[in-house]
Amino acid sequence: MDALEIARWQFGITTVYHFLMVPLTIGLGLTVAVMQTAWHRSGKEEYLRMTKFWGKLFLINFIMGVATGIVQEFQFGMAWSEYSRFVGDVFGAPLAMEALLAFFLESVLLGLWIFGWDRLPKRLHLATIWIASLASIFSAYFILVANSWMQHPVGTEIVDGRATMVDAWAVFTNNTALVTFPHTIFGAFAVAGGFLLGISWYHLHKRRQSGIDTVDASGKVVVGESATLGKNRDKVDYQVWIKSLRIGAVVAMVAFMGVALSGHAQAQLMIQQQPMKMAAAEAACHDGTGFSLLSVGDLRGGGATTCDDVVGVFEIPGLLSFLAHDNFTTEVKGVNTLLPEYQEKYGTHLPDNPIYGDRAGTEINYLPVMEVTYWGFRLMITLGGLSAVAAAVALWLTRKGTVPHSKWISRLAVLGILAPFGGNAAGWIFTEMGRQPFVVAPNPSFQGIDQVFMYTAAAVSPGVSAGEMLFSLISLTSIYAFLLVVEVVLLTRYVRGGIGSAMPELDGHPDDQDKDTDVLSFAY
Amino acid sequence: MDYLPTLWFILIAVLWGGYLFLEGFDLGVGMLMKTFAKNEKQRRVLLNTVGPVWDGNEVWLITAGAATFAAFPYWYASLFSALYVPLTLVLVALIFRAVAFEYRGKAHTHAVRKAWDWAIFLGSFVAAFGVGAMLALSTTGLPLNANGDRVGGPFAWFNIYAVLGGLAVVAFCLIHALAFLGLKTDGDIRTRAARLVARWLPVALLPMAAWAVAVVLLNHSMAAVAPLGLAVCALLFAWFQASKNHEGLVFIGLGIFLLAGVAAIFTAAYPNVLPSTIDAAFNLTVSNASSTPYTLRLMSIVAAFGLPMVLAYQAWTYWVFRKRVTEVHIPEAHTVTSIV
Repeated sequence: MDALEIARWQFGITTVYHFLMVPLTIGLGLTVAVMQTAWHRSGKEEYLRMTKFWGKLFLINFIMGVATGIVQEFQFGMAWSEYSRFVGDVFGAPLAMEALLAFFLESVLLGLWIFGWDRLPKRLHLATIWIASLASIFSAYFILVANSWMQHPVGTEIVDGRATMVDAWAVFTNNTALVTFPHTIFGAFAVAGGFLLGISWYHLHKRRQSGIDTVDASGKVVVGESATLGKNRDKVDYQVWIKSLRIGAVVAMVAFMGVALSGHAQAQLMIQQQPMKMAAAEAACHDGTGFSLLSVGDLRGGGATTCDDVVGVFEIPGLLSFLAHDNFTTEVKGVNTLLPEYQEKYGTHLPDNPIYGDRAGTEINYLPVMEVTYWGFRLMITLGGLSAVAAAVALWLTRKGTVPHSKWISRLAVLGILAPFGGNAAGWIFTEMGRQPFVVAPNPSFQGIDQVFMYTAAAVSPGVSAGEMLFSLISLTSIYAFLLVVEVVLLTRYVRGGIGSAMPELDGHPDDQDKDTDVLSFAY
Repeated sequence: MDYLPTLWFILIAVLWGGYLFLEGFDLGVGMLMKTFAKNEKQRRVLLNTVGPVWDGNEVWLITAGAATFAAFPYWYASLFSALYVPLTLVLVALIFRAVAFEYRGKAHTHAVRKAWDWAIFLGSFVAAFGVGAMLALSTTGLPLNANGDRVGGPFAWFNIYAVLGGLAVVAFCLIHALAFLGLKTDGDIRTRAARLVARWLPVALLPMAAWAVAVVLLNHSMAAVAPLGLAVCALLFAWFQASKNHEGLVFIGLGIFLLAGVAAIFTAAYPNVLPSTIDAAFNLTVSNASSTPYTLRLMSIVAAFGLPMVLAYQAWTYWVFRKRVTEVHIPEAHTVTSIV
C-alpha cells in the first residue's frame, strides 16, 4: 500500500470510530437533560435516579468522543496537507467556528454539570446540561457543513488554484448540509433510543428473573422489592427502568421516522448532486425505474469487475423512480450512462501533474467500490429499520408493565443496542466511499472550467512517507481497539451495578462527609 | 502591512498563549501525579483540582488548531504534515490522558489505577513536550521546499530548537502547576508546592526565556525586546513573591511571564509564520499563508463575538470552583459492585 491508501484507511477508521461515540453523546445528552427537567418539575425520585444513571454512562462515553475527536482535526493537516491547502479558506471556517462557538461551550458547561451537583443553584445546574447538549448538536451542524461542502461545494470560486469562499451564507445553508444535519441528528437519537431500550430491558428482565417483579393472572406486573439489596432494587428502581424503556422506545421510533424522511430527501438530492454514488448504491448499470432488493456479482468472471457483471436478482418496479423523483416512471440514470458523462466532463485520465505521484496520467475510475456502496446503503437502511421495529415490538410486549420472562428476547434486546450503531457506521462509509474518486465531489450545477473539485489522489500530504502513515495507522488503530474494550467493560460494569453504580448513597456509601465545606459535589 | 492576516496572527498567538496558560497547569498537575503526590489521597486531590476545568482548557488547543486551519491553511498544512511523527505521539498522549482522567476513578484494582496514573503522567509529559517542540519549530523553521513540504525524512524536524521548545513547555507546566496547587489546595500539598516553586522557579523558566531570546536574536527583532523585557521582569517578580510566599502574586507573575514570552516569540517571528531553513524564499508568512480577506473578515466577526463569551463563561467556571480542595473533601472511593 502506498501513502494514499494508508491515509484513506486511517481516515476511514478514525472517523468511523469517532462516530461510534458521537451519536450516543448527542442523543443521550439531550435525553438526560429531559430526564433532569422531569425531576426538576415533578420532584420524583425516579427521575433523579434516571438522570444520574444515564448521566454516568453518558460521561463514560463522552470522554472517548472528546479523545478521538482531536484526531479528526489534526489529520487534515497531517495526512491531507494538499487538501488542506486547497480547501482551507472554505473548509477551515466551519471547523474553527465549531471549536469556538460550540465545543468550548459543551466542554466547559459539562464540567460545571458533573461537578456542580448541589453546588450550583438547581435551575442553573439544569441549564448547564441543556446548554452542553444543545451545544453538541450545534457542533454537529458545523461539522456537517464542512462535510457537506466536500460532498457538494457551493459559495466558492477558484482563485490561483485554490478554493476560496465568496458566499458564506451559501456555505452555511448548503442544501446538502440542511438535509444531512437532521438525518445525522435523528440517527444519533436512534442510537440513544436503542441504548435506553436495551439496557432497561436487561434490568427489568433481571428483576423478573430474581423474582422481584411478578405478573398476576391477567399478565399485569406486580412490582416487588428486593429484601437484601435495599434501595438499589426497590419500587422506584422499577419505575426507572420501565420509564427509561418507554422513553427509549419512543425516541427510537420517532428517530426512525425522522431518519427515513430526511434520508428520502437526501437521496433525492444525491441523485442530482452525485448521481454516480446513487447508481452505485443501487447496482444500477442501466437506466431504469426499479429498486434492487438484491443484486449479486456474476461469479463466472471471478466476481464483479465491471458493472455489467452485476446481476439483479429481485427488483421492485418503480420504487427507484419514487425514491428519486416522487413518481414511478421517470428513469434514473445507471452507471453505464453516467460513466461517459463523467469522463466527458472531468476527463478520462488524471493530469500529468507531480501532485498525483505515481498515479499521474493513469485512467480515472469514476465508479466507487460498488460492493461497499451497495451493501453500505442496504445495511444502513436495514439496521435502522430493524431498530424501529424492535422498538415498536418492545412497546407492545411491555404494555402490561414488564418484560416477558424469555431469556432470548432479553438477549436480543441487549444485542439490539448495536443495530443503530451499525446503521450509522454503514451510512457514513457509504456516503464517504461513494464520493470517490473525489475528495471534493464536483457540483454538477457549476459551469465552465473553474469547477471546484479535487481528486483524492491529489489530496494526500506529499512530504509524508508511507512509513509514517503506517506508524500512525497502526498506533491509532491499536489504541482504538484497546480503548473500545475498556469502554465496553466499564459501561458493562456500570450497567450491571444498576443505579447504585451512579449513586453511591443508594449503596450505603456516604457520598460526602462534610457538606458545609464541600467544594466539589463529585470527585474523580 | 496586511491588516487582517496580522490580526489573525495576533489572535492565533492569543489562542496559543491561552492554551499554555490554562492547560499549562493541568498538564503540569498530570505530571505531578507521579512525581509529587505522596499517596492515593494526594493523587486524588491533585486530579480534582483540575477535574472541572481541564476539558475546557484543552479546547484552547483544538481552537488554536482549527483557527490556524481557517486563517492560515498553508501554515496549518505545512506544519502539521512536517511534524507527522511527533504529532501522532501528541495525539496518542492526549487520547490516553483524557480517557485516564475520566476512567481512573472507575478502576477496580490497584494495578489498573496505577496504569491510568502512568497514562496521565506520560500523556501530560508527551503532550507538553510535543506542543512545545511544535511551537518552537514554527518560530525557528523547518526544512520546507517551495511547496511547503518537508524534505529530509520523518525526523528532519529534530534539532536543538525542538528540544528547547519541548523542555520549555514541560518545565513551565511543572512550575505553573505547583503555583496553581499552592492556590487550590491546603495542608501538606500546599506547603510543599510553595517550597518547590520558590526553589525551582528561575530554573524552570530558563528554557522558555532561552527560546524567546533565540527567536529574537535569529530575527534581529527590535520590536520583541519590549515584551521580552516584560517577561524577564515578570520572572523576577514571581521569584520574589515566591520567596515571600504570596501564592496569588506568584501565579499572576508566572502568567504574565508566559503571555509576555509568547508575545515576544510571536513578535520576533512576525511576519513569518513558519520559516523554511532551506531558502528564505520558501518562508511561509502572514501574507502568503493566509486565507482570503473574505474568510478572515467572517472569522473576525465570529471571534469578536465568540472569544469574549468563552473567556466569560470559563472565568465563571473558575469562580464556581474557587475553593481549595483538600484531602477531607475527597470522598471514599466508590467501587461498583454488580447487583444483578
